[in-house]
Order: sequence, then C-alpha cells, then structure tokens
Amino acid sequence: MPTHKTLAATGNAVVAEAMRQCKPDVMAAYPITPQTTIVEEFAAFVAKGKTHCEYVTVESEHSAMSACIGAAAAGARVMTATSSQGLALMWEELHIASGMRLPIVMANANRALSAPINIHCDHSDIMGARDTGWVTYFAETAQEAYDNTIMAVRVAEHPDVMLPAMSTLDGFITTHSIDRVSVMDDETVAAFAGEYVPKSALLDTDAPVLHGAFAGLGGPFFEFKKQQRVAMENARQVIKDVGAEYSALSGRPFDVVETWGMEDAEIAIVVLGSTAGNVRHVARDLRAKGLKAGVVKVRVWRPFPYAELAAVLKGLKAVAVLDRAESFGAEGGPLFLETRGALYDLETRVPVVGYIYGLGGADVKLELIERVYQDLSDIAAGSAAPAGLVYLGAREEA
Amino acid sequence: MSMQLTEIRWHARAGQGAVTAAKVVAETALAADQYLQAMPEYGPERMGAPIKAFTRISGTPIEIHCNIENPDVVIVLDDSLLDIVDVAEGLVDDGVIIINTCTPPAEVRKVLSVPATARIACVDASGIALDTIKRDIPNTPMVGALIKLTGVVDMDSFKGLLAKNLSKKFGQEMIDANWASVDRAFEEVTVA
Repeated sequence: MPTHKTLAATGNAVVAEAMRQCKPDVMAAYPITPQTTIVEEFAAFVAKGKTHCEYVTVESEHSAMSACIGAAAAGARVMTATSSQGLALMWEELHIASGMRLPIVMANANRALSAPINIHCDHSDIMGARDTGWVTYFAETAQEAYDNTIMAVRVAEHPDVMLPAMSTLDGFITTHSIDRVSVMDDETVAAFAGEYVPKSALLDTDAPVLHGAFAGLGGPFFEFKKQQRVAMENARQVIKDVGAEYSALSGRPFDVVETWGMEDAEIAIVVLGSTAGNVRHVARDLRAKGLKAGVVKVRVWRPFPYAELAAVLKGLKAVAVLDRAESFGAEGGPLFLETRGALYDLETRVPVVGYIYGLGGADVKLELIERVYQDLSDIAAGSAAPAGLVYLGAREEA
Repeated sequence: MSMQLTEIRWHARAGQGAVTAAKVVAETALAADQYLQAMPEYGPERMGAPIKAFTRISGTPIEIHCNIENPDVVIVLDDSLLDIVDVAEGLVDDGVIIINTCTPPAEVRKVLSVPATARIACVDASGIALDTIKRDIPNTPMVGALIKLTGVVDMDSFKGLLAKNLSKKFGQEMIDANWASVDRAFEEVTVA
C-alpha cells in the first residue's frame, strides 16, 4: 500500500521530487527562469547521494537535449527540464529525440518568448514545440505537475509508444507558488515507474544497431514518420491506461479531458493549465446564480483528445476557448484551432469563440473569466458572437 | 480557523524576511489541515527594494491563481514604505492592516487611506526583535501580531514549526528568543 505525505511545496520542488523517485540514469540540463529550481533541487539530490544519476552540466539547452539524446540512445532513462528560450533553443533536437524514438522525459516551465523580454507565464514556448512529436501534459496545479511527471515516464517508455514526453507547468504561477501537495513514498513510485529496459541500446554491443541513420530520397524517411504517427495514436490508450493505474494508486482522478459541471452545461470554457482553476472558481459562482456553466480542462495536449472534446462539447449553445499563446495570422490560438477542428464532424454546429489571454503573465482576473461567460450567455440567448479574436483584458489604447 | 478564504499581502523591503514569513504562515496552515498558497511577487530584486509577497489560507481547496487585489490582511514590515507604497490598496472594508512601527495606530490612520471600518494595528516588531533575537528581523514577531488579530493560524502550531525550522541551524536559546518575540508582539500590538 502506498503511503502519502502532504507537503507545502512549490510545483518545481515536487517535479524534482517526482524525477528523483523515478530514478533517471542521466540528467543533462541548463538552468533558466522559472525552471531553475527543478534542476537545482535535482542537482542537490545527486550531490547528497539521494539518487544515483549522472548529472551532466552543459553550456546550453541545445547541448542539454543533445546530451539527453546521446544518453537515451545509449539505453539510459533520461530526464531534463527547461523553459521558454531554452525550449526554443532545443527545437531541432526535439524533433531528433522523437524521430529516434527516445523516451526522454522533460519538464517545461511554461513561459513567454522574447521580444519584448518577459520571464512570466504563457504557453508560447510549448506551442512552438507543438509539432515536434512529444507527448505533452499540462498541469493545473503543483499536484498535477507531480502526477503528470510520474505518468509521463511510463507512457514514454511503453513499447507501443517509445516517444519523448513533456510534463508542463505554468511559470511562476505553478512553478514558484507554494501549494498543498500530496506525494507518495519512494518505493511506490519506483515500482510504478518500473525499470527501463531499452529495446535497441547503442551500448548493447551484442546486438549492434544503427541510430539516426540517413534516410534520403527513396529511403524510409516517409515510413519513419508514419510510424511516429502510429506511436502517437497508440499513446492515446496508453495514457488512459497508465492514468487509470496511477489514479488507483494515488487516489486522485485523471483524464485526458477533465470536466466540471458538464453534465447539464449549456455553455463552457475550454482551457489549459493553471487558469482552469480560476475558470472553475467563477463557474461555481455562476452556477449558484443559475447559469449552466461548465469547464473543460485539456490535461493532455499531445496526442490531442479531439474525440473526447467533441463528446463533451456536443450540443452546447456556446463554447469559449482560452489561449495563452498566439498563432499570428491564424483564425485563433492553437487550442482554439484544435477545438474547432474537433467539433467539425458534429451534426449540429456548436458556436466557438476564441480569446487570447494572459500573455507574458498578464493577471487572469476573475472578472475577465466572468466576462467570457457573459459573452457565452449572450450568444446562447441569440446575440452575435464577438467579431474576431478577443484579446481578453488587453488595455484599450494598445 | 475558518473555512473561509483569507488573503494576506505582505509589504517589506527585500531582505526583511517577508517571503519566508509568507511561507511559514502557509506551512503552519498546512499543519492544521488547511489549504494554502504562498508566493512572492517576482521581478527585478535587490536588497532594500520594496517587495510584496502573498499568502492564501482556506479550509477548502484553493483553485484561484490570480493576484491578490483585495486582501483581508495587509502586513507591513517596514514603516518607511508608508510614504512610497500604497500599502492599503484594495484592502477590504472589514480588513486589517498590521504595521511594524513605533507610531500609534490613530496617528497612522491620519496618513493612510484605509476604509474607516478597517482596523489598523501597530507593533514595534523591530524593537521587539532587537530585544529578543538581537537582530532587526521583524518577520517572526509580526506573525505573533497576525495571530492576535486574525487567528488565521494557530499560535502553538506556529511556534512548533518555528522551533522545527530553527533547530536545523540553532540551539534552544535562539528558539526561546524567537518564541519570546512572537509572544511579545501578540501582547503589545495596539489597534485603532
């Protein structure tokens, strides 16, 4: 039976704890705000002998991911963490990690990208990595960041998946706030994570294999990509199975799409990350006033749960999608586009409106969320939807 | 202790221990099985610069992650901030502002724009800290005043946690000095 301990801890502290408990062989990382305390705490674990891990200090994130790829190809369980410009600097390696089918687990502290310079939360960094072939979780709370990190190890290393996975948490809001978190004992987590047995390790000299080969014209490049597509599709079920197993152990619910009030909701907000809490708080208040408001939190971003989303949003009178990232020139933010796509095959059209909010850590005030539900309420009553994308809470003069 | 959400904003100068105090109060709440959040306001920081920190405590899970704009309690660790920071900004009508100062609360009310129904509490936490801990670290005695005025956390739990934290680096003498600072602030805080 697992034993549980309740802590007052930051999201970063419990992500470092989750990583230690999953016993990586190698960590290669470069510090960047607001990820720094993850790699700092993990380095302290290594220094104090609390984990047996090769900790590689590198000169950049480009090198961090390169070292992770080398170590993972060699057959090690490998982890790292980054944020913002660091994730951006890793971009070419992110594709190599997934293309070589290396189950690296990385935490990302979601943060804005320059320019202008900003160290605070938004999802621009992670959305830039959207198409790199990584399984991607979003955490609402420090608790979910801990839980997602542990589950990510099992999903990444599953023989039907063998893809790198990211456990993301919102910069400062989740990384640096002290929150109430329940952690499990080391033995339970280690047993859950299991031992990683690589299938084609470079260092297995009895069974020599080729990694990262040239696959040019007429070569198998196209088929490699198809295999990645299949692996990501396989991840759908694996994420659910691992989630169910983890839920039984932790006593905490898990689903790729987590809902509140959707049983009889007429309007709903779709959201990623920490803002889901603000939205649920407002929805609770509005419910008490008789508004049939629902909340849909997307906890797994890749593979995108379009079928689950369509099932839960079907028949609604109006839906708002909150994006904490831009896709300049597109009709809306990345989550908006995915959500609209997910609803296309429904018999009855569900009106979907897009909002951009909270860029560069702009405060997600409750009245902003109230305004969105008011818009939805108006649309449900027959009013026209706002014309075009709404920059929620942006100062008018800008 | 209450099921209600209590929101606290701390004002201090960097280095006075406001962030540590915000954390310790949150940890004390955990010991009473309460829910909590504690976070500093991040920005460019240097010793002596005005900073803010925040604590939320509740009997039920805290879901919101926005800034605290309408605090129930404001704690000011340095009265030189009163001239340069609007420490009373957004304070709720039945709120309380607790200030480390030698000035009596009735005098402070004249210079602060605080709702008439809100309480102003003053305590010479720096003086108490110098007497007891022998250093001007007012954060610990200020928690004594906080407990007196709000009961948001429990005195025995706070002292227990204080002892546990201090015992990592210090002996019983330092623990006693800190406890004395908390007790004195609890006794000496005056309200208007």
